Amino acid sequence: MADPEIKSYEPHHESQSAAVTESRPVRLLLMAVAFAFLAIFLLLPLIIVFHEALAKGLSAYTEALSNPDTRSAIRLTLLVAAIAVPLNVVFGISAAWAIAKFEFKGKAFLTTLIDLPFSVSPVISGLVYVLLFGAQGLLGGWLKEHGIQILFAVPGIVLATVFVTFPFVARELIPLMQEQGNGDEEAALSLGANGWQTFWYVTLPNVKWGLLYGVLLCNARSMGEFGAVSVVSGHIRGLTNTMPLHVEILYNEYNAVGAFAVASLLAGLALVTLVLKTLLEMRYGAEIAATRGH
Amino acid sequence: MTIAPAKAGWRFRQPSVIPGFGLTLGFSLAYLTLIILIPLSGLVWRSAALGWADFWAIATDRRTLNALEISFGTAFIAAAVNVVFGTLVAWVLVRYRFPGRRIVDAMVDLPFALPTAVAGIALTTLYAPNGWIGHLLAPLGIKVAYTPLGIVVALVFIGLPFVVRTVQPIMEEIDKEVEEAAATLGANRFQIITRILFPGLSPAIVTGFSLAFARGVGEYGSVIFIAGNLPYKSEIAPLLIVIRLEEYNYPAATAIAAIMLLLSFSMLLVINLAQSWSRKRYG
Repeated sequence: MADPEIKSYEPHHESQSAAVTESRPVRLLLMAVAFAFLAIFLLLPLIIVFHEALAKGLSAYTEALSNPDTRSAIRLTLLVAAIAVPLNVVFGISAAWAIAKFEFKGKAFLTTLIDLPFSVSPVISGLVYVLLFGAQGLLGGWLKEHGIQILFAVPGIVLATVFVTFPFVARELIPLMQEQGNGDEEAALSLGANGWQTFWYVTLPNVKWGLLYGVLLCNARSMGEFGAVSVVSGHIRGLTNTMPLHVEILYNEYNAVGAFAVASLLAGLALVTLVLKTLLEMRYGAEIAATRGH
Repeated sequence: MTIAPAKAGWRFRQPSVIPGFGLTLGFSLAYLTLIILIPLSGLVWRSAALGWADFWAIATDRRTLNALEISFGTAFIAAAVNVVFGTLVAWVLVRYRFPGRRIVDAMVDLPFALPTAVAGIALTTLYAPNGWIGHLLAPLGIKVAYTPLGIVVALVFIGLPFVVRTVQPIMEEIDKEVEEAAATLGANRFQIITRILFPGLSPAIVTGFSLAFARGVGEYGSVIFIAGNLPYKSEIAPLLIVIRLEEYNYPAATAIAAIMLLLSFSMLLVINLAQSWSRKRYG
């Protein structure tokens, strides 16, 4: 890709380059405004998380993190992500295979449906499960008779998380696999590979970085989801509190160090996600295809 | 061996040597139906079962109307702010070279990666009257935290990457020769930006706006900490849904959710139409 090297214009070219870029003072002004905006809106919130977490010293920080309720919130968050992410990976691969490898009627509509959860408020994503499984819900009576607890328990939290992270893997893989075409798979099949072999040895290696990219985003969202999980969890301390919900409880109890200590772990997760994402884009940009952003 | 049968007039799918169509499509549809479609149609079914009179009573309730107004209004303002600054950030990232550009570029995605509850408590702490930014604004008589302005601040944070990431790739594709040609023909920089660059970017800007707006309308986690949540004043629609649920007032929660979905979808539809119009207009 052509790299617009604006900096390389020499001063005596200024009159010529003014046509395709702004004058130096304007350039500096625009950069200053953009950086100030980013510093205030992105950098400061990130800094204050760690600042507040360590406001009363390192020992208060580690003490806050070793609280048993905090520990169980961390465990629950890891458990939910460990279930929700693989489910959406299997779905993402399967949907991408069907949509990218075949031409069929209603494909565009199916692709739109997959993106649906992105245009639904997280609170509504939780609400739909309450309407389904709650005491007054459609299946509520049946579930109660059979002693199955979905709402205010781990299954409900997992379902709500699966709902909000539903499109992440699929929408990374679909454009990537469409771009790569069917040539490799057809060659493998014609050489005698069966369907599974073709998938494991041909398709999967072709899309592995794109898949990892999708998993990264899916995981970040599933560990950080708040609205949907908040509606279905019931906020039972030590039992159905995920890390983001625990942040809210501690914050509302005016336990700033505790809230920001847990928040700092989540912010750390966000930073690791961003670093890995950037590395993937830098090294394997072509193999992740033009699907940056959401 | 017989010749393949004559082509049918209508077929569900084009023939292919690749296996697994039935398995993958079947699984995908089943999973989609179970996780997304059945729960969402439950919402539609429940709000249809309400009956028109009840639905209308909830929809025109003062508190509901105010909450919807606050949600849509603040999301609109925040998306507009993001259009200005998001386009500027994209421009700086695409056109200018400076040390650390890669890091700044990666930072733009922070709101995607940072859990909303963390963003919520961080912004509240910053903008509270005794916070780092709040104490600078307090002498000027500007209150951000616990007011609708705070909601806008949270939604600006949440929506920024949507605008930048939609506009940025289109900006990268702009052919510099067009600008050079315009300059050769005597256009000044201002004319080039307003007449040449902006029309080409406007569909992407509109898309970025609508994505940021849609996300802002439904946003919950980052807003509830900073909003103050006063009924009629700074209570957003998603919070009102949660409050109604906690009161076990399922019909009201369902109706508000249905109205939100309806408004969001029709707004997205209008924006899509406007976009295809602008694409036709500016090619």
